[in-house]
Amino acid sequence: MEFHSAFLEAFFKWELIQRYFPAIMKGVGVTIEIAAAVVFTGICAGLALAVIRAFRARSINVVIVLFADAFRALPPLVLVLLVYFGLPNLGINLPSFAVLWIVLSLVLAAFCEEIFWAGILSIAKGQWEAARSTGLTFVATLAYVVLPQAVRLAVPPITNRTIAITKNTALGTVIGVGEILNQATTAQSFSGNATPLMMGAIAYVILFIPVVVLGRFIETRFRWRRA
Amino acid sequence: MRLNGVVSATPPILEIRGLRKSFHHVEVLRGIDLSVAPQELVFIIGPSGSGKSTLLRCCNRLEEPTGGSIRVDGVDIMARSTDINAMRRRIGMVFQSFNLYPHMTALGNVALALVKVLRRPRKEAERVALAALDRVGLSEKAAAYPAELSGGQQQRVAIARALALEPKLMLFDEPTSALDPELVGSVLNVMRELKRGGMTMLVVSHEMRFARDAADRVIFLDHGAIVEEGPPEQIFSQPERTRTRAFIADIAR
Repeated sequence: MEFHSAFLEAFFKWELIQRYFPAIMKGVGVTIEIAAAVVFTGICAGLALAVIRAFRARSINVVIVLFADAFRALPPLVLVLLVYFGLPNLGINLPSFAVLWIVLSLVLAAFCEEIFWAGILSIAKGQWEAARSTGLTFVATLAYVVLPQAVRLAVPPITNRTIAITKNTALGTVIGVGEILNQATTAQSFSGNATPLMMGAIAYVILFIPVVVLGRFIETRFRWRRA
Repeated sequence: MRLNGVVSATPPILEIRGLRKSFHHVEVLRGIDLSVAPQELVFIIGPSGSGKSTLLRCCNRLEEPTGGSIRVDGVDIMARSTDINAMRRRIGMVFQSFNLYPHMTALGNVALALVKVLRRPRKEAERVALAALDRVGLSEKAAAYPAELSGGQQQRVAIARALALEPKLMLFDEPTSALDPELVGSVLNVMRELKRGGMTMLVVSHEMRFARDAADRVIFLDHGAIVEEGPPEQIFSQPERTRTRAFIADIAR
């Protein structure tokens, strides 16, 4: 009984829940904004890079591969800190929100580029040949025959990777982006109690479980028998 | 650009001169000369690796020839000034593995090039596509996806896809080799219909009975060169060359 009340006192203190609820909700709003922006720009940029790579211009592809490898290898936290503390020395001052958005978009783009590219490569040569033999140009073949199939194949891995990267919005806390974790740690240091952190954790679960479920739905929806 | 268009009364649809093709250092075609007249059905036979498919694929530059010249309907398709995409829509091609687009219906497969290459309005393209499907006996399968069709039906849709562009020449690359035996007949019947309709065809195939009753001329290719050519009765019944005789004996088993 003793432990029970101590546990509630440590993680679910009602008074603190009431006091910090608005702050956490504000954090939820910020997290949703960044996540949506990252998903949109990251996936679009990844697809664009994979399409550019399909033209097989050697020098450009070297750059794309180097970019994709570097951004997949580096921990996102390192990138966030590097950009946030490095750019001002070059005279570029970006708000922390923008830094987090750009860095996470680039990381997601790097992974998506590889996934879309794998999809493009997996389309049989015969598809290209059939389309080209009817007079379709390279670009038209890519747009109407290859990409629709490649994107479909890419949906399940893209969904997984997107969920993984979006959770990294929590890294914004180290550069002062007012997202969920940032609000929670601030509240924790003022109150000296872990209740706001627990609130943050619950907020993440409530926010991301629908995303995970949606991801599973999209995966089954797009799993499709190939002829 | 039609340099050769008015030289003779019936200029050939396809005119190949001294065609060579090497992959790295292996010479697959060693100087092929071949003319195909309008409405002619020319059959190419030969052992595997003899260069049959490569010869066919050079005719629309899916393979880039190493040397020689190819004229289709009087146009030098190797010339830098030739728009190969414009030429390809006049050269239909049918593949061993059908290569239908799995994400499109039969109608979508046939209509794609009509819309994107010939720039026909969608409605008109679908009408033309449906007519092409009707020619191969599959208008009732217009809404079906390739995965829902048998191999024979898929190959007929592929023929309709090429046919819809009203090509001057059709290339068939082992069109029945991937089919179950009971489905071969339906595809060959469509090809017979095309022949009857006056289509010019160059066919790589092992269907010897079909060659006997439909081909105007049979070409025996070995090691990248034409060994012997003539009407089917001659090639199949009285081949002159030893290599031809050996090959005919092999496939007749």
